[in-house]
Amino acid sequence: MKFGIVVFPGTWSDTDCFHVVDQVFHQPVEYVWHKETDLSSYDCVVLPGGFSYGDYLRAGAIARFSPVMKAVEEFAAAGGLVIGICNGFQVLCEAGLLPGVLTRNSHLQFRCQWVNIRIEAARGPFTGGGTGGQVLRIPISHGEGNYYADEATLDELEAGGQVAFRYCTADGDVTQTANPNGAARNIAGITNDRGNVLGMMPHPERCCEDLIGGTDGRLIFESIISSALSPAN
Amino acid sequence: MPASKKMLDDLALSDGEYEAIVERLGREPNELELGLFGSLWSEHCGYKHSKPLLRMFSASSPRVLVAPGEENAGVVDIGDSLAIVMKIESHNHPSAIEPYQGAATGVGGIVRDIFAMGARPIALLNSLRFGPLTDPSNRYLLEGVVAGISGYGNCIGVPNVGGEIVFSRSYAGNPLVNAMCVGLLEAGSMVQATTGSAGNLLMLVGADTGRDGIHGASGLASRTFEDERELRPTVQVGNPFLEKVLIEACLEAARNEHVVGVQDLGAAGLTSAAVEAASKGGTGIELDVSQVPRRDIGMAPYEVMLSESQERMLVIVKDGRQDEIKAIFDKWDLDSTVIGRATDDGLARIYENGTLHAEAPVGLLIDAPQYRPSAVQSQFVAELQQYDLDSVPLPEEGAEAVLLRLLASHNIASKLWVYRQYDHQVQTNTAEGPGGDAAVLRIKGTSKGIALATDGNGRLCFLDPLVGGMIAVAEACRNVACTGAVPIALTDCLNFGNPERPDVYYQLEQAVIGIAKASEAFSAPVISGNVSLYNESHGDAIYPTPVIGALGLLEDVEQHVGVGFTRPGDLVVLLGAEQIADDAATLAGSEYLDLIHDLVAGRPNIDLDLEMSLQRACVSLVREGVIRSAHDCSDGGLAVAIAECCIAGDTGFEGEIATSGRWDVVLFGEAQSRIVVTLSPDRLSALKEICRAEGVPWTELGRTGGDTLRLEGLIDLPMEKIDDAWRNALERAVTASRA
Repeated sequence: MKFGIVVFPGTWSDTDCFHVVDQVFHQPVEYVWHKETDLSSYDCVVLPGGFSYGDYLRAGAIARFSPVMKAVEEFAAAGGLVIGICNGFQVLCEAGLLPGVLTRNSHLQFRCQWVNIRIEAARGPFTGGGTGGQVLRIPISHGEGNYYADEATLDELEAGGQVAFRYCTADGDVTQTANPNGAARNIAGITNDRGNVLGMMPHPERCCEDLIGGTDGRLIFESIISSALSPAN
Repeated sequence: MPASKKMLDDLALSDGEYEAIVERLGREPNELELGLFGSLWSEHCGYKHSKPLLRMFSASSPRVLVAPGEENAGVVDIGDSLAIVMKIESHNHPSAIEPYQGAATGVGGIVRDIFAMGARPIALLNSLRFGPLTDPSNRYLLEGVVAGISGYGNCIGVPNVGGEIVFSRSYAGNPLVNAMCVGLLEAGSMVQATTGSAGNLLMLVGADTGRDGIHGASGLASRTFEDERELRPTVQVGNPFLEKVLIEACLEAARNEHVVGVQDLGAAGLTSAAVEAASKGGTGIELDVSQVPRRDIGMAPYEVMLSESQERMLVIVKDGRQDEIKAIFDKWDLDSTVIGRATDDGLARIYENGTLHAEAPVGLLIDAPQYRPSAVQSQFVAELQQYDLDSVPLPEEGAEAVLLRLLASHNIASKLWVYRQYDHQVQTNTAEGPGGDAAVLRIKGTSKGIALATDGNGRLCFLDPLVGGMIAVAEACRNVACTGAVPIALTDCLNFGNPERPDVYYQLEQAVIGIAKASEAFSAPVISGNVSLYNESHGDAIYPTPVIGALGLLEDVEQHVGVGFTRPGDLVVLLGAEQIADDAATLAGSEYLDLIHDLVAGRPNIDLDLEMSLQRACVSLVREGVIRSAHDCSDGGLAVAIAECCIAGDTGFEGEIATSGRWDVVLFGEAQSRIVVTLSPDRLSALKEICRAEGVPWTELGRTGGDTLRLEGLIDLPMEKIDDAWRNALERAVTASRA
């Protein structure tokens, strides 16, 4: 499974994702500069966290015009796996590869903390290794993670099984207090309708090693890697 | 051209200093030349009142690769062909005037000091001081400063892993904002801040130059100020995105053999960057301000040279290789422009479109006068030291109520409201984040870890600056030792009032002596630092507040321990004392005395020999796997330390303290050199052995477990009550204003 990790100016989770893929999962991995236009040599493309172009405008709004995003679009259309984490999720929404938008956290502050998320759809290449309702303990680190889409779109996402994760309590209850940013219906991550593009606000690359606090993020990388062994989607 | 009074005032130069310039230059300086002198001879750049004192710091350790003052930051070897670069710096005055940008650009500046040396910034810490939150203006400053640190630090991808925040009336209107940055340097990749040799080119990289921050170093950081609004334009505005890109581009450029030196543009902008690099390289410099990219029209050479626009770096490259280096910056969409060159005549020459505007010897420009004014202890403080603490009445409210009030005191209460706004995990090295005694980071590719802490107690330094200076070092090192790390180096930020006042200069001198003494005792050299003077408001000096940043080394990062009680049924032991101190003298400068009795008095004390043994014992106990947790016993005393361990590990405690003394002294006295540890009961003999070997007394306090904190006959409180008092007090105070 060959990973390509996209680097925009202002990206900072690139090295964290690289470390996990390389050192924890021992998979081939390369950085992809944002001016690249060909992603055909990769099996999975990661859009990592950070503040692409400073995100002084709405997060991800500039990065979507980067040359590499055209290639990401083509790559996804061809069935390649794309995972956008944090800023990557924001960029995917801005680029129209995922519906909705990430707005400012409802309390208007940045939040870096551990949260719990519940796997809503334990299938497909990103969560196939888990079980429905399984709770993952995982860090968030963002100021604009408040997922918004209109009601019709949200209903569509639910109906299509595209809600990948919801913020919840440690016991798996989806409550208001477990929602760290005001996201609609506690949504922490969604996929596209085809299931090969995932966007999520929490950082799975920050919880793949015991030493730094937890290993629940492994499930997502393990699912991606094992999906290569089974027929696509 | 004789200088007007106003010109000298703007630059904070005295008449005597002006006369010295005229005499040594052999003529009257013109306005631009005077601007250069004013900046470089400012307190901020020239360390006029502190340099003679700072020589007391000895950097004699085999680990020290770069000693203080030699480069932008100090460097220590940690083995495995790696070194740690670190420095702490203040941005107090800008933050008082414009808290968001003041704090943000404080972070930006210290980060540039680190990557200018070729080191990757891997951690930030912040040591902050504010006035009481009951005053809305202090809440405004706290919220602004935290938002500024958050806004800048989060964007550049450097984790903010620790620090401390203290509230006291002494800092009302003059907050302290000290930012510390730590970098990781690979052997052989260090870059110096030098012009190298004559002929090398000066390349200016990064942001355009504007009119922001002119006279920041001289006017803002080097004197007291009354009307803050008038000075707001001297505070710069940060662009963290540009900084992030600069980090990556400069680290890439640093690996290129044709890059001779890198220097960041900080206080006094291009003036200090170019002149200091020339001084270091033993060259002269000439530069043409017309080559400097501007963000504003019609700027005079004076403005270009003194601008403190942020996110700019001076890169010195070999002549003929500029295109190669420029290509690196082009890749990151950064502007890079050759603005001048190093010369062989030792003169600094400033041109505009080829016309000479200023000329002065580099050696003279950096040779700021040095002062050692008279130092006299204040009579008032001398009397406070003699205060009879036995005469303090026992509080009527009882031990439980006092404990809950202390836990809710903003100095002790959880700082979660602050640090959850900081990304403390990016770079995925954070094994212990904010909230404990020290942060612990792993060093990828090795088994090692580093522990980082900042500490400084203004109240204690106020009562006795010599002992307070020693305690600041001892506590910072103790915090690091509590994780199991050996303290190996220090960085210091000296925050004091107006040094021209004999009582303030006395504080500065004594504190430096104390720090130097403790640093030597712990073999933890001061490798870098910063001095911030003239911290006062309405004529009162702040508490003398030296802040110490400590770096500790863990050979095996997996072995570190945290502060929380981890398991029910463990033994709880106090290291450092064979019985709980019941001498009222240990109330000196305590949080208890201040909060409950509104009294700051007494004379603090520390035994450095005991402290060293204690820290050695703690490190051994962690390394040998004997203890499961360790927590420094400091603000609030023993009862607060135990409560914090309970909260952190979500585990109760039951124990007894055998004493006939005053309960308030026993529970809340702040005797130094004490650490609360836990261990499995079957490891007690191992603990005894290590303590005996190190000569460290110890006493058994009780056992972990249950959901109450019980100290027989004194305290019996449910955990929820303790937790609520501690966890929510700060957030309630900050958000109260919006209710």
